[in-house]
Amino acid sequence: MTGRMRLAARSTIGVLVCTLAGGTLSQESRVQLADGPGKDKASQCVACHSLDYIQMNAHFLDKAGWTASINKMINAFGAPIPREDVDAIATYLAERYGKSGSK
Amino acid sequence: MNDAAVRNEELRRRLLLAAAGAASGLALSGPRRALAAAVGSTAELGLAELPDGALAGQHLYALPGKLPLIKKTYRPPNFETPIEYLRTPITRNDAFFVRWHLAGMPHVNVKDWVLTVAGESAERERKLTMAQLRKEFRHDEITAVCLCSGNRRGLFEPHVPGVEWGVGAMGNAVWKGVRLKDVLATVGIKGDALEVVFDGADEPVIDKTPDFVKSLPLEIAMDKNTLIAFEMNGKPLPQLNGFPARLVVPGWTGTYWVKALVGIKVVSKPEGNFWMSTAYRLPRGKFKTPSFTSQVKEANEPITTMVVNSLITSLSSGQKVALGKPIVVKGLAWDGGSGIAKVEVSTDAGASWQEASLGRELGRFSFREFALSVPATQVGTRLVMARATSRAGETQVEQLIHNPAGYHHNVIQRIPVEVV
Repeated sequence: MTGRMRLAARSTIGVLVCTLAGGTLSQESRVQLADGPGKDKASQCVACHSLDYIQMNAHFLDKAGWTASINKMINAFGAPIPREDVDAIATYLAERYGKSGSK
Repeated sequence: MNDAAVRNEELRRRLLLAAAGAASGLALSGPRRALAAAVGSTAELGLAELPDGALAGQHLYALPGKLPLIKKTYRPPNFETPIEYLRTPITRNDAFFVRWHLAGMPHVNVKDWVLTVAGESAERERKLTMAQLRKEFRHDEITAVCLCSGNRRGLFEPHVPGVEWGVGAMGNAVWKGVRLKDVLATVGIKGDALEVVFDGADEPVIDKTPDFVKSLPLEIAMDKNTLIAFEMNGKPLPQLNGFPARLVVPGWTGTYWVKALVGIKVVSKPEGNFWMSTAYRLPRGKFKTPSFTSQVKEANEPITTMVVNSLITSLSSGQKVALGKPIVVKGLAWDGGSGIAKVEVSTDAGASWQEASLGRELGRFSFREFALSVPATQVGTRLVMARATSRAGETQVEQLIHNPAGYHHNVIQRIPVEVV
């Protein structure tokens, strides 16, 4: 919902972020990124979605493919990822979750 | 044989060889068998396999009010229906797939719920409570398939990024509610109305993320089959399937079935947000589905209705059938609303086809059951296929029609079974 409608709804419907039961959140916390340089920067993704989105899209994207995905998050979804982090995150994702032999 | 027949013969020969290889691999190799039996494997169903990361990351997990479903992602929750719940024409509510775009999940108290109906092409604005909606308008119900546009995306080769769905991002239910056209009539539609825009109570986590808002052509919004549904299979909608009310757009893919509906606007210009103008689009000219004309761009256009498709639910890859016993081929077929004309089954890699018997007709928007038993008369690998044809004359494809976002996968299954 948007704008005025959203403000109205906040007071009446009680839209909550992460209202899934605690059980689901604790399940989500078990999803961990693989160790490697750039993992800390890639962990920013967790602000908007669980990290299983990353594993789900392994291992078929090369670095260009992962770069396109990160740029979509920034440009289409407004992810607050600093531009200077994009290359490091794409390198990390291509290394740990990329197409084999395409690093 | 002409050239096409020679090519078909060659394709069948290669498929049989590949099938025999796959089946013997299953029979002989312990670890490979374990891998092939992973939760939600699509190779098990005689289709291309999911990306290996997707297959490794998914497992069964029960969300509140749901049976254990195949977890694709936790937040926002995207959960697929396991095949064992797709063996009946109606899908139970607690097994129905879950698909949300934004992690700001609505939790709606029905007493506080208000549906606002307005827009520049409406004569007036109305705010409806659930009690008003239920009382003021005639109730109607329809049996219809809700299928995520990206169902089977994970089977695309080459893979495309997104939620890597297998075959279970779909379900069929009896939806009860009121006709959208009746609700729109009470606000008055102006002559310049072009589209109707729908907003749910879900929210993005950050303000810059486009809210999930969808539109429909006016004529689809005014179709008597388009409902604002508050019941599913005789019960209130589950929270995870759009409680307290969602849009039901029979024949159209799930993206238009806006959940936890709170806002409807009648507008005179094409809705231009990300979810309409960029996402959920197909390259023009690749599919024969109807065009959403006010949204067509030079290169692409929105996805609209479902393509004809089927799912064999009674067999898995490498399954053994004793010589002399029947190979039982059962499953579901559906399309975008013309209804299913026939389902043909082949047990010889497509060399010959027999028409399956169809189950009871539950309406042209519903799943339709099919079944055929074929005697297993010879030891060896049999490649089982099913091919649905709609009343509109459309048939499932042999080869994937690739498209960038991974929609409309209706490739014929090829399940190798072993007659022993």
